[in-house]
Amino acid sequence: MLRNGPDTFGWVTILLHWTIAILIAGLLVLGYIMTRPDIDPMLQFDLFQWHKSFGFTALGLCIIRVLWWLASRHPVAVAGLSVREKWASFAVHILILCLTLAVPFTGWALASTSTLDIPSFYFNLVVIPHLPLDKSTVAETLWTTAHAILAYGLAALVLLHAAAALHHHFIRHDAVLVRMLRSRRS
Amino acid sequence: MSAHSMVITAALMTLAGLVAHPALSQAKAPTLDDAAGRYDIDGSSQINFKVGQVGGGGISGKFTKFSGTFQLDRGDIEKSVVEFALFPETVQTGEPRIENFLRSTAVFDTASYPKIVFRSTKITRTGEDTAQIEGNLTAKGTTRTEHFDATLTKWNRRVIGFHIQGGVYRTRYDMSVGIPIYSNIVEFDMMVNGQKH
Repeated sequence: MLRNGPDTFGWVTILLHWTIAILIAGLLVLGYIMTRPDIDPMLQFDLFQWHKSFGFTALGLCIIRVLWWLASRHPVAVAGLSVREKWASFAVHILILCLTLAVPFTGWALASTSTLDIPSFYFNLVVIPHLPLDKSTVAETLWTTAHAILAYGLAALVLLHAAAALHHHFIRHDAVLVRMLRSRRS
Repeated sequence: MSAHSMVITAALMTLAGLVAHPALSQAKAPTLDDAAGRYDIDGSSQINFKVGQVGGGGISGKFTKFSGTFQLDRGDIEKSVVEFALFPETVQTGEPRIENFLRSTAVFDTASYPKIVFRSTKITRTGEDTAQIEGNLTAKGTTRTEHFDATLTKWNRRVIGFHIQGGVYRTRYDMSVGIPIYSNIVEFDMMVNGQKH
């Protein structure tokens, strides 16, 4: 099944979820390594460019993900969740969706406002234009700070989200994790 | 012969300049013999470069510390020698982070290679007041043959000036970082002035 069912996720949702999950994990690791102060400058330059290309990929997929989320039916929560748990999971999912858009946009903004003016050459294939923002050290610092705070905030939420999924799977033995791993006919 | 016509051209240009500046008309007109000799490259020279980037624009900068000489042969310009050294530590681009990156091991590695040196091996006249300079460029421990085009821009008894342009492939000197976002070719656009020794 490609589309979500009444209590199942379709393959489009599942594929987007895990592709974006891998991208976010990789981008967080890359973002951390490339900003170490003692990194080799040539390696640092290259890692930044990879980070930007994968970051734009994440942004594109996250836009699709959000549109798909808005257009899809939402499988009902598994049995046994309290009202408070349902609200908490809903809030975390909404926050994660928002951050998956906000984090790459702040990254795009920092690349756009940077006085380094390094073009975003997507996988050395096509130039992605800068956002129409004025370049200044102040703006770059602001967007860099926002990018880091939101990215590490997203990382914290993703850890919470993953811990909850593992809790459901191993402690509560329900279908929360499994139904994001494979689609089933309902 | 060719060298003479170059100097004559220069002399005529200088005379035309003197006519245009009556205050200087008392100065003694330069003679052919005056052109030959050794000139020290002075601080009024401009050593500008540009590296283009994808989508337009690029990094423009200059080097502020350099030295060198022109040794112009009396009879034959093609026997002249140009020597030039610059200190990449003094690179200026208007963005300190770019300057530090250029000084780092990714590009010039100024800590290990503080000097970039050029010494001409062959000078070929290409026109009335133009010549091609071929020589050995040594940067970051590598020596390669490079070519620059020179145009005589001013000359009098004490001062000689050339506009020198040329492109250098930076991959040849282990400075390939940033390709293809930034061009492999570093375009030099220099106004090199010498004071008679």
